[in-house]
Amino acid sequence: MTKRGFPARLPGLLLAGLLTGPLATPLGNAYTLEEFHFDDPAKAAEFRRLTEELRCLVCQNESLAGSQADLAQDLREEVYRLLQSGKSREEVVEFLVERYGDFVLYDPPLKPSTYPLWFGPLLLAGIGGLFLLHALRNKRRAQDQELSLEERQRLHALLKDGASQGKEKA
Amino acid sequence: MGKSLKFLVPLVLFALLVALLFFGLGTDPRKVPSPLVGKPAPEFTLPVLNDPSRTVSNTDLLGQISLVNVWASWCVSCRAEHAELMRLSRELKDVQILGLNWKDTKEDALRMLKVSGDPYRVNAFDPDNRVGIHWGVYGAPETFLVDAEGRICYKKIGPVERGTWDTELAPTLDLATKKCKEPGR
Amino acid sequence: MTPELGHFALILSLGLALIQATVPLAGSYTGNRAWMHSARPLAWGQFTFAAIALALLLLAFLMDDFSVIYVASNSNTLMPTLYKVSAVWGAHEGSLLLWAAFLAAWGAAVAALSRSLPLQVVARVLAVMGMIGIGFLLFMLLTSNPFDRIFPPPLEGRDLNPLLQDPGLAIHPPLLYMGYVGLSVAFAFAIAALLGGKLDAAWARWSRPWTTMAWVFLTLGIALGSWWAYYELGWGGWWFWDPVENASLMPWLAATALMHSLAVTEKRGAFKSWTVLLAITAFSLSLLGTFLVRSGVLTSVHAFATDPARGTFILIFLCLVVGGSLALYAWRAPEVSDGGRFELLSRESLLLTNNLLLTLLTALILFGTLAPLIYEAMGWGKISVGFPWFNTMFVAVTPFLAFAMGVGPLTRWKQDEGERLVAELWVPFALAAATAILAVVFMPLTSGWFLVPLGLGLAVWLLAAQIQTVRERLRHKRGIGALLRDLAGNGRSFYGMILAHLGVAMFIVGATMVSNFDMEKDVRMSPGDSQEVAGYQFKFLGVQNQPGPNFMAARGHFQVFDGDRQIAELWPEKRTYFASQKPMTEASIDWGLTRDLYVSLGEPLGNGDWAMRLYYKPFVRWIWLGAVLMALGGLLATTDRRYRRAVRKSLKAPAGATASAGS
Repeated sequence: MTKRGFPARLPGLLLAGLLTGPLATPLGNAYTLEEFHFDDPAKAAEFRRLTEELRCLVCQNESLAGSQADLAQDLREEVYRLLQSGKSREEVVEFLVERYGDFVLYDPPLKPSTYPLWFGPLLLAGIGGLFLLHALRNKRRAQDQELSLEERQRLHALLKDGASQGKEKA
Repeated sequence: MGKSLKFLVPLVLFALLVALLFFGLGTDPRKVPSPLVGKPAPEFTLPVLNDPSRTVSNTDLLGQISLVNVWASWCVSCRAEHAELMRLSRELKDVQILGLNWKDTKEDALRMLKVSGDPYRVNAFDPDNRVGIHWGVYGAPETFLVDAEGRICYKKIGPVERGTWDTELAPTLDLATKKCKEPGR
Repeated sequence: MTPELGHFALILSLGLALIQATVPLAGSYTGNRAWMHSARPLAWGQFTFAAIALALLLLAFLMDDFSVIYVASNSNTLMPTLYKVSAVWGAHEGSLLLWAAFLAAWGAAVAALSRSLPLQVVARVLAVMGMIGIGFLLFMLLTSNPFDRIFPPPLEGRDLNPLLQDPGLAIHPPLLYMGYVGLSVAFAFAIAALLGGKLDAAWARWSRPWTTMAWVFLTLGIALGSWWAYYELGWGGWWFWDPVENASLMPWLAATALMHSLAVTEKRGAFKSWTVLLAITAFSLSLLGTFLVRSGVLTSVHAFATDPARGTFILIFLCLVVGGSLALYAWRAPEVSDGGRFELLSRESLLLTNNLLLTLLTALILFGTLAPLIYEAMGWGKISVGFPWFNTMFVAVTPFLAFAMGVGPLTRWKQDEGERLVAELWVPFALAAATAILAVVFMPLTSGWFLVPLGLGLAVWLLAAQIQTVRERLRHKRGIGALLRDLAGNGRSFYGMILAHLGVAMFIVGATMVSNFDMEKDVRMSPGDSQEVAGYQFKFLGVQNQPGPNFMAARGHFQVFDGDRQIAELWPEKRTYFASQKPMTEASIDWGLTRDLYVSLGEPLGNGDWAMRLYYKPFVRWIWLGAVLMALGGLLATTDRRYRRAVRKSLKAPAGATASAGS
């Protein structure tokens, strides 16, 4: 898991932007994030964020940022095109979800069909908390059983034996 | 007695888990269902594969039941399903098969059609996945069943096999009205 | 010839496992001592033949015997010997053989080290382990035989996946499997206890060292996997919440809870049914992991070649083992009286909280991993659950755990006073709060404005609390001599705990820092160019071709400067393996305690220009060093003489031991 300190990366991104000349000619699998050149560093940052949060559909559990697959490249180019044409992040996401479904997002959106995913944990935690309270209350209430006369006599005898032998605690 | 019942909880939960996993064994986690089912086919205009001066667009989908088949010469399963497509093109009189040649080169695609036969009424050429993206295509082969009004009834992921038309594709369509059946089939 | 011998050895091992699973168990009910005594030699026998099979498979690899399909699929004449060895467990069939061999090995270990256990217990424990062994051996022989042959044999093998040709990854599976399999011992002890209807402190004391050892192996195995992913995959990540990674983390969490729960059962006789359930759960999660990895049910970058037929077999096995044990639990556990009173503020209640938190975390990870499947089964569509969700859950629960970890060791058993605890802990709390405030004030925080102070604060809290715990223990003793005597004597499990908790603190620091302060640059560089990352200058000096034993590498040369001073020289590579033609990136890392500098080659862009990634990763080593500390702590704890001494004592006065331990 990686998160970025955004302001620290601004100069780097600008530099990257400047160093990039014309788009690199894709050589088969040749791929680098830097070939997507943005004049606007905010857009470049958005591109990075989006490609990390979008899933490569044909890969097994890789993001668009990390995948070498052909389709991933197509989708990156599409995201690039959309951002360049001025679309916002929400519009890019909507575009892809309309065509590929919610699966394309790594982070499931909060909508009725994903309520179980987001509220399920709270439910589990709640159950756990109730269980804890229940168990603690029970433990405190656990009464020592009343001893019968016979048991009390046995206890007395045992204690006398124990005292005389000087048994040490385990 | 309530005290003893709580010890059954783990077993019950486990049974649910096993049921889920048995179900999982029957599914393919790599299949991504399409959100376009039930919606109108995306608009597109593409050059025809063997005659670039002509174009194919979604108006060609209107008025008839269509199978839009996404294929490529480099895709092994596409070669495998080709024979079935040939058969369907002969036997299904009311259905036209449109090809979407995807991320391929013209020479390789034409060569494959020459060798294996051409079941397509017309073939659209989409080498850069310009149109495929709008259809939510993520691999080949994929086949979309489109009704006479241009609405997508079903997306078949993977090769079309012997029983696919009868068991998967045809049931989503009312052949008489040539329209998709309402969901809840 | 030798592959057939290997196959035969497996069949023999299975035969012995079958006897081991039945005869001693029957003997334990009828009182037939001869039958019960047979358990140990049977366990040794099962181990001997499984080991022979493993050795013969290894031999096949070393001799490049491509008539064996498994060898041909995973080896190559040009491969270095180390990887021919590790290829033995590099794919499905061989890894199963490793599982089976390790399982038999742990069984033999139990046979050897259980002299002081009652015969009836030994018989039942080994019988249960035999049953599990049957499952794996049968699975292999029926569906995944590593000794299957092909005729005519190919001239050259297909080569091991280049990703696996790495020293780290060579020992990652053995470590993990030792952990998974080791949990079967605790499981077997739990089943034996349920069968016998007796769950007492002695049982807990026997189980503890075995569980802790398994936990140690798992910790190291998972840490190694994370470290390998970091330096090998070239993206600088160290945990992806991939289903297979989760499959290893879940048993680890359950085993952690189990270790702590066993402590309570041993000392206070409480939590008995809880502990048994955890023992069953931990091993069940190991088996579940095996299922998830090999069945194709979930998508994962790690998954072995998937085959629903194999998945079905494992699932049925899972049903029998786990279903059977949970049914036994439902039947027998109510009879086991849950002894022990304790107050709201006591070590028991804190450990109970700890257990519940760990269980919650495990349940959450299970839920998230299976969620796509659940959604599909319920017809709710297809969703994707990735690292954002898991991270959120993990970060939400861990602070509570860390807090409890600080308070727990200082809290008295059964009953404690709030004022006393506050007096002991207000200094650690103040230090933690101060750290958090300082972090907010002095650190360049953006998106990490909450998590960084929280993480650092928790780490300081843990550190200070552990120090306070040690001070409290040594309060009435004097000097370093006392500490050393304590270590040599009764104190090892205590200091092991302290060490392990410190490991957690270290881990938290590493994870917090690297997640919030790492920097990455993705650039195109020409030879002679220089790039700045986090104040360091990375100078690119070009790429040259360099052949390796079974690959051709394009080797880049970097110099890293801090101001004018050169501090590192890096040689990232892009390798193409001859046999598979697969390209592989070998990142080059200048590692340090407080930061890693990391370069990964991308693609050639023409004119000698290359695309590459430059990283600055602060404190990333602390993640794995923390795990190593945890493992060392566990190791220290297992050497506590109490375990060996007390077991002998319990033999002499069994009534006395059980009476004094529980209430």
